[in-house]
Amino acid sequence: MTSHVRDAPHADHPDTATTAGAKAHARAQHGRTADVMRHVPASSSPTAPDGVPAEGLVWSETVAAGGYTTAVLARGTRIRFTDLDGDACAHVLIHRADGPHERLNVADTVKVPWQAYLGVGHPLLSGFGRVLATVVADTSGHHDALAGTTTRAGNAARYGAGAPESPSPAGRELLLLAALKNGLGPRDLPPSPSFFKGVRVASDGTLQWQGSAGAGAHVDLLLHVDAIVSLANTAHPLDPRPEFTCSALRMHAWPAGDDLDLLAAGDLVGPLRPEHRQAVANTDADLIARGVL
Amino acid sequence: MNAPTAATDTALIPGVVVLDEQVGARAAWSAVVAAGDVLTIVDLAGNQAVDCLLYSAADTAVRYSASETIARQGGIVLTTGSVLRADTGAALSTVVGDEVGVHDTLGGACSKESNTLRYGQHTRAQHGCMENFLLEGSRYGLGAKDLASNINWFMNVPVDPDGALGIVDGLSAPGKRVALRAEVDVLVLVSNCPQVNNPCNAFDPTPVRMIVTRPGEAA
Repeated sequence: MTSHVRDAPHADHPDTATTAGAKAHARAQHGRTADVMRHVPASSSPTAPDGVPAEGLVWSETVAAGGYTTAVLARGTRIRFTDLDGDACAHVLIHRADGPHERLNVADTVKVPWQAYLGVGHPLLSGFGRVLATVVADTSGHHDALAGTTTRAGNAARYGAGAPESPSPAGRELLLLAALKNGLGPRDLPPSPSFFKGVRVASDGTLQWQGSAGAGAHVDLLLHVDAIVSLANTAHPLDPRPEFTCSALRMHAWPAGDDLDLLAAGDLVGPLRPEHRQAVANTDADLIARGVL
Repeated sequence: MNAPTAATDTALIPGVVVLDEQVGARAAWSAVVAAGDVLTIVDLAGNQAVDCLLYSAADTAVRYSASETIARQGGIVLTTGSVLRADTGAALSTVVGDEVGVHDTLGGACSKESNTLRYGQHTRAQHGCMENFLLEGSRYGLGAKDLASNINWFMNVPVDPDGALGIVDGLSAPGKRVALRAEVDVLVLVSNCPQVNNPCNAFDPTPVRMIVTRPGEAA
């Protein structure tokens, strides 16, 4: 076992023996960049998607493999998740910002639209007859709304560890951290869908692993309500590879209120199906009643 | 409906009968089933969806997870041998007997609110499973955030190759049973589904029977 006893200052930090030295050392780090980081302000992002000016971004972050993030975003925000290197897996939860007991409900999300597979035009529904977000772009087609995310115990058994600080963080631990950062807790974590790793159901009901669509794919969500969006980027529970495998994921967001009008008019992703139209109507009626619309 | 038979004869797993109750059509029900005890659910009239949520009685933050159950068994169908898991991965119950072969993990609960999406605004006034779950759960201090995707015993939800899924005619029949053994002390919340707009209850909600037996003790 390696000794953790230190007997001398680290060679890179020669001057941190005093408060002044420690402060100078800390401040000297400002302005550095990393491959995985959030760009603040988002308008300073060097990673703006094609066709989206950086000045218009309200969120720009590259989430590490095994990392998480959470953002409170306004109605009309368009969110883009990009699988940079082909092995991202975005486990996503959405809670309504002004009443987080209303949250993404995967059962209603597959049952109400009569469709188990997520894709363009799919409404992400709450359990209260409203739509939290709509999938408005998808170049992957490899997603899953059935198998959920990974657990600490499951990853410990599978990879030897599942803690957030481990090399193989469990999705539920990461989503729990995201929830806790918003004043929520374990009871606020329902089953979550995931993007960029496909699962299909065979005729006998067994699950079939479809894997990734490859590097560079993206999915866009359009928010219908102010929402807490939480994302864990970690290996899918059905990923058959023996080694924990995950790669960085990029998240951008920008205001796109006009897209809500285009969506409702059938001009963004084509005509909405009847259940989706009713969900938009219920959501808009709720916001009108609150004086928000 | 046939005259009631003795609970000892109707339980799928023999043992001392510790509970025998009928749940009225459209009603809620709950019980704590002790570790090792077996709950037999009897579909008295046939094709009656029984919406069901499970919690660790010792800590209701540990609750049934459809996704964890599906992922760990590698399939969406519940039948004999299926382990019903919490979102921590812990086993809450195991299906130890099943006379139907297919029970649903995907469809969740009906509600006044989702009825408006599926069938129109005129159905909002109808009773729904979410009402039953909320009210029955509130007796144990549970609320809206404690409800997650539930099991639907006796409900048939196939997924087509193109992903189309839906609640279709059931495969159950009068008197068919399913039995689950509690692996820890389990709080069982049930909504005897009141839905009348789809075939999950053959368009006619009916009562079901709940029998808890304690195997291994002389009857």
